[in-house]
Amino acid sequence: MAIAIVLVLVVAGSVLFHVLSPWWFTPIASNWSYIDNTLVITFWITGIVFAAVVLFMAYCIWRFRHREGSKADYEPESGRLEGWLTVVTAIGVAALLAPGLYVWSQFVSVPDDATEVEVVAQQWQWSYRLPGADGKLGTSEARLISPENPLGVNPEDPAGQDDVIIEAADLHLPVDKPVKMLLRSIDVLHDFYVPEFRAKMDMVPGSVTYFWFTPIRTGTFEVLCAELCGIGHGFMRGIVMVDTEEDYQAWLQEQSTFAQLSGTEVGMADGGTKK
Amino acid sequence: MSVVIVFILVIAGISLWWLSHQRLLSKPWLELGVDVIDGTPPSLMPTEKIGLGVFLAVVGCLFALFASAYFMRMELSDWQAMPLPGILWFNTLVLVLSSVALQIAVAASRREQIQTVRLALVTGGLTSLVFLAGQLVAWRQLNATGYLLNANPANSFFYLLTALHGLHIIGGIIGLGRTMAKAWAPAPRPRLPLSVELCAMYWHFLLFIWLAILVLFAGWAAGFVEICRQLLT
Amino acid sequence: MVEFTPRTTDAIPPAEVPDVELYHPHSWWTTYVFSQDAKVIAIQYSSTAMAIGLVALVLSWLMRLQLAFPGTFDFITPEAYYQFVTMHGMIMVVYLLTALFLGGFGNYLIPLMVGARDMAFPYLNMLSYWIYLAAVLVLVASFFAPGGPTGAGWTLYPPQAILGGTPGGQQAGILIMLFSLILFIIGFTMGGLNYVVTVLQGRARGMTLMRMPLTVWGIFTATVMALLAFPALFVAAVMMLFDRLLGTSFFMPALVEMGEQLSYGGGSPILFQHLFWFFGHPEVYIVALPAFGIVSDLISTHARKNIFGYRMMVWAIVAIGALSFIVWAHHMYVSGMHPYFGFFFATTTLIIAVPTAIKVYNWVLTLWRGDIHLTIPMLFALAFIVTFVNGGLTGLFLGNVVVDVPLSDTMFVVAHFHMVMGVAPILVIFGAIYHWYPKITGRMLNEVMGHFHFWVTFIGAYLIFFPMHYVGLVGVPRRYPELGETAFIPESVHTLNEFITIAALVVGFAQLVFLFNLFWSLKNGREAGGNPWRATTLEWQTPTTPPPHGNWGDRLPVVYRWAYDYSVPGAPQDFIAQNDPWPNKPVVHR
Repeated sequence: MAIAIVLVLVVAGSVLFHVLSPWWFTPIASNWSYIDNTLVITFWITGIVFAAVVLFMAYCIWRFRHREGSKADYEPESGRLEGWLTVVTAIGVAALLAPGLYVWSQFVSVPDDATEVEVVAQQWQWSYRLPGADGKLGTSEARLISPENPLGVNPEDPAGQDDVIIEAADLHLPVDKPVKMLLRSIDVLHDFYVPEFRAKMDMVPGSVTYFWFTPIRTGTFEVLCAELCGIGHGFMRGIVMVDTEEDYQAWLQEQSTFAQLSGTEVGMADGGTKK
Repeated sequence: MSVVIVFILVIAGISLWWLSHQRLLSKPWLELGVDVIDGTPPSLMPTEKIGLGVFLAVVGCLFALFASAYFMRMELSDWQAMPLPGILWFNTLVLVLSSVALQIAVAASRREQIQTVRLALVTGGLTSLVFLAGQLVAWRQLNATGYLLNANPANSFFYLLTALHGLHIIGGIIGLGRTMAKAWAPAPRPRLPLSVELCAMYWHFLLFIWLAILVLFAGWAAGFVEICRQLLT
Repeated sequence: MVEFTPRTTDAIPPAEVPDVELYHPHSWWTTYVFSQDAKVIAIQYSSTAMAIGLVALVLSWLMRLQLAFPGTFDFITPEAYYQFVTMHGMIMVVYLLTALFLGGFGNYLIPLMVGARDMAFPYLNMLSYWIYLAAVLVLVASFFAPGGPTGAGWTLYPPQAILGGTPGGQQAGILIMLFSLILFIIGFTMGGLNYVVTVLQGRARGMTLMRMPLTVWGIFTATVMALLAFPALFVAAVMMLFDRLLGTSFFMPALVEMGEQLSYGGGSPILFQHLFWFFGHPEVYIVALPAFGIVSDLISTHARKNIFGYRMMVWAIVAIGALSFIVWAHHMYVSGMHPYFGFFFATTTLIIAVPTAIKVYNWVLTLWRGDIHLTIPMLFALAFIVTFVNGGLTGLFLGNVVVDVPLSDTMFVVAHFHMVMGVAPILVIFGAIYHWYPKITGRMLNEVMGHFHFWVTFIGAYLIFFPMHYVGLVGVPRRYPELGETAFIPESVHTLNEFITIAALVVGFAQLVFLFNLFWSLKNGREAGGNPWRATTLEWQTPTTPPPHGNWGDRLPVVYRWAYDYSVPGAPQDFIAQNDPWPNKPVVHR
């Protein structure tokens, strides 16, 4: 009998906890409110199912508990009931899946006007590269990495000369401009994770992964690593600041390009002359 | 992962075929009594044979997974196919001989021609040893010509797969040794025919795996996959 | 009624070998140590699994202490924390749950439940245990190796698993782990062949597949899956060993570690993830399906009612088993694989929810109009349903690709999989031990200790893992030894963490009561008799309890009916054993 009461309390407690607890998503700072909405839909559907199943169980336990002389029914199956339950479940699952896939298709299609920003992860810090004046990132390769060229930018590639290099410092992004984050790692797996942006993706050495989002409010956001990357994993932090356009431009002016850093301005091709 | 998915589909197909003979749609609570399925007790095939069959499915899955990994790794840019040493064709022939010998042993053991069985078993064992020696020669030749294990993933796969296949052959030779012990034991030898059959089954399977590996490394499999891909798209 | 007609075929399936001579023990060593009796092997498997499980339990306490009170325990460095995380996960998933469900319950229950004298290949079966033991000992050895065990996380993702920035990556840790896994897989394959072939070949006369208890169905299907899934882990482990020891580049791309160019080049870390999860996802169901089967039998027996929708339950087990091979990449939505895979794997993942949900409905509907005895096994079964439903439903968040994006790699995931494949199956294991202990030992487990154990474990585990989901919603990532000063994490999360840790310690200590009960009741438990739960299945019908080597004495059981004839109208008592030829056809109410 106690178990029936406890089951009711489990449902009531879980629902109350959900409603009253102060713990919820961080306030969103990107365009991915769709993701939050899908999650809320999922909470509703699954919450109802959980409460229904457990409360029904509690009722059964209370109603059909063993008493002197009581006897169970004999009912091997009921095709109709099982069929109905299957159909209803399938509909519920479809109701979850449809918005999920719809939002995913948006998540994976990057808008054409998105600016590219490269994030380069290594044990255990974040660096960034912006495309510079020509709007194009130069090619890069792990083999080219050296103390003078920490991100492995290809010095032969003219498009790379004007790339803005931000080594182990904060990244700034302009508000309301879609960005495509190109994710690169030079050693192990990492994951560029800013909770307020919702989007995240692993960074895989040897390939470039990406996600896109549009920051919708200015502010300072913490970057964490979300894929185990060795003993420093928990301390691999960074800062992304979402600025107004003016602040962003002011910040950008203070940054150095690849050419400036590597001291090869003489050899600069068209990438530099456009400046 | 396409190779292993195909493999799993085949296994699923066999399982479904088998399950479909197990009256999965019947309502067991309505059936009372002992022999509700006419004359189908657990299969009349010897248990050992079924056990070996299940084991070979596991081995098949293992190699299918390697083949999957091979194809996935092959698509990356640093892949350079490796030339096959000519001796591999000789080795293949030897392994075929080995299988044939064991098949002859099966036939002979059914007819209780014990001398032929013994001769065939020895031939099977010796040819397998020759095969292993031939594989070692192939390794040496590759090493000598600079196709080192870690020089390119294609080489790595070659050494890895041939090594694993060789280990399975060695395991088989141990089993074959036990069978030989039975063949040389004084008559009657009630368990000999089954033992010989199991050896033959295992050898045929390893021959099949070897041919698959060969097809993989000769590049024919990649061509085949390419054709399939074009057909699909 | 169908007449009993002696069969006239020449071939006698091995299960029906009447020769008990094969089964007499030869010496103390072959009876208790190098025994080929599946029941002894089952006890050896279970004891070893529980012993190593205790190690993993202690590791979880250390992790929780660190999370709640960071900086308090000097010996829990980040290295140590990651080593605890890794070993806890690997031990619990592979060396405890897989070994206990298949090696433990599989060995004990399959031959008894299908009416066989023993497994099909007893020698191989014995070998399986000893190799498993070797795997466990090798694993334990890594605690004493220089550099300690690997801290790569139980997923062992390269490149970090074999690099210096990870504990044990450039030392013995990772090698020992891979070697131990390879041993485990070899040992398991030997056992697995037995479980499968025994179900195929060892069934007693009249035991058709559709008369098998769902426990056997669950373990059988899980074993088939494991035989096909573990090779993927084997392949991944061998290839990783090559990368680590021989300098190949299967998984290793060109990379720069701590400013140093390594000689690797061109490999694909994602390839490892595909192989790993091709094993890893079926593994979830390898643990879940035996639990599904066992819980069905517990509910049916203790509610004195046939399992509702037996056929649907069987089909669902088979369907889940098959589908689980095409959902693996839902662990990789944010791994950087081709984004279009997300559509496929989200769909297959959510489809698998349907047969799973049907199983839940049928358990609950079995309670409907039952005669529910709230015994301890039944309590555990009910608690299983609650935690499994909870964990299964949060799986719908994580399986639904886009919802997974913000939640992946947060504590939400940790909470989810602990609820669904940690707490839920372990509750079933407890229920099953309380249920079958009388058969194994002849005595009942103490009920007072049992109730204490149940309430603390169930409520405590729920209090640990339900709030943990919300820690993840806030955005707290997993595998962080401490959160430090993080702006988006409010102070209250730390308080919640402390609460969770205290609950975890309490639940952990309650398990000691359970262990004590296991030993105490051996001598002091109430005598159980042969069939204390008045159950129908064959294991309760053995001539003596505990059953001897060979199980059945000189006459094998003959099966007349399915496994769920409870409360049959008109029957003299509320259950009819499977080998009971009671001659009336049951009347079916529609």
